[in-house]
Amino acid sequence: MNSVPVVVLSILTGTWARIYLLRIDYRIYPSYPQGYVIHVMLGAIAAFLGAVAVPAIISKDYQAATFLALAATQFREIRTLERETLSNMEATELVPRGKAYIEGIARVFEARNYLALLTALLTSLTAYLTPGATAVKFGCALIFGALLPVLIRPVVQGQVIGDVADVEIAPIEFDGPMLIVADVRIMNIGLETVRQVYRKQGLGVIIKPRNPNATATLANVGQRQAIAHDAAGQLGIHKDIDEPDYTPLVRRQISTGCVVMAIVPSEPQPEALLTAVRNVPILEGARKKPLASRAGRLVD
Amino acid sequence: MEIDIKHNIVAAITMHTQKVEGGVPIFYVKDKEELVKVATYIAKATLGMVHDLDNGTYIVVKH
Repeated sequence: MNSVPVVVLSILTGTWARIYLLRIDYRIYPSYPQGYVIHVMLGAIAAFLGAVAVPAIISKDYQAATFLALAATQFREIRTLERETLSNMEATELVPRGKAYIEGIARVFEARNYLALLTALLTSLTAYLTPGATAVKFGCALIFGALLPVLIRPVVQGQVIGDVADVEIAPIEFDGPMLIVADVRIMNIGLETVRQVYRKQGLGVIIKPRNPNATATLANVGQRQAIAHDAAGQLGIHKDIDEPDYTPLVRRQISTGCVVMAIVPSEPQPEALLTAVRNVPILEGARKKPLASRAGRLVD
Repeated sequence: MEIDIKHNIVAAITMHTQKVEGGVPIFYVKDKEELVKVATYIAKATLGMVHDLDNGTYIVVKH
C-alpha cells in the first residue's frame, strides 16, 4: 500500500483532534488567534510524528521510528511554554490563578498534544490493519480518526467541583471587623465603608464536600485559589490593585472540611456565582483519594 | 527580579499613645474620624489593607 495517502489522512485526523480539543473556553488560556496558531501547528507536527510511525515500522525503517520517539520528547517543552507564559501573566491578574491551576492547564496542553499524536498513529494503524480494498481501508481509518477525539474528550475532561461537592449560598456576617461566612472567620476588615460594600453587594458561598476524597481535594490551597480565580473571572470582581480588602478569600471550616468564600462580584447574582463555582475544574495535582487507602477507609 | 515585602505591618494608627510601641511607624490620632482617614490614606499609598484591632488601633498590613 502506498504510505503517502495514509500519512496525509493521519495528519489530517490528528490535527482535527487537536483543533477539536482546543475549545474556546473562558478558563483555558489562550482564546486568542496567536495561541490558536501555536497550538494547531504543534498539534499538526505531533500528528505528523504519529502518522509516519506505522509506515516507518512497516517499511522496516526502525531508525526512523526510534527517531520519532526522540522527537516526541520535545513536546514536553509545551508544558514549560504554557507554564512560563501563565506565570508571567500572573502578576497582572487581579485574582491570580495560583501555581496549581497553572500547572494543571500546562499539563492539559501537553496531554492534548499527545492525543493528537495518538489519533494520527491509530488512524494510520487502522488504515493498515483493515482488510479489504483501499477505499474501505481509508474509509474506516477516516471514520475512526474523526470519532476518536469525540470519544476521548469526555474521558480526559475530568471532574468539576459540582461533581464532588454541594455548593450553596451562605450569608455574609460581621462580628466587629471580622468577616464571617458560615461560622468561618475569613478576615479582618478595618474600614466600615468596605464592610458596607460587603453587606450590600457581597456574596458568600459554602462548598460542602460529599465524601472524604472531596474533603481532601478541597483542602488543597491551589484548588481553593482556582475557585476564587474562576469565580472572579466569570462574575467580574469589585476590586482594584489598591483595594486588597475585596480580594476573594477561600477558607476552610476545619471542623467539617467545608470550604467557604466571600466575594464582592461586579453583579451580585447568587445563581451565577453558584454556577461558576460548580464548574471550577478539579485540579489533577490537588486531587486526593484517601478512600483508596486502608487507613482512609478506617477514618471514614 | 522584583522584591516585595509582604504579610508585614506597614503602619499602626492609634488613638492611645500607650497601646502601641515598637518598630513600625506609629501615627497618633485624636479621634475615630481621623483614625479612619489616616488609615485609609496610608493603605492607599502602600497598597495595604486596614485591619481593626477593636481597641482604638488600626494596622495597615501589606498582603
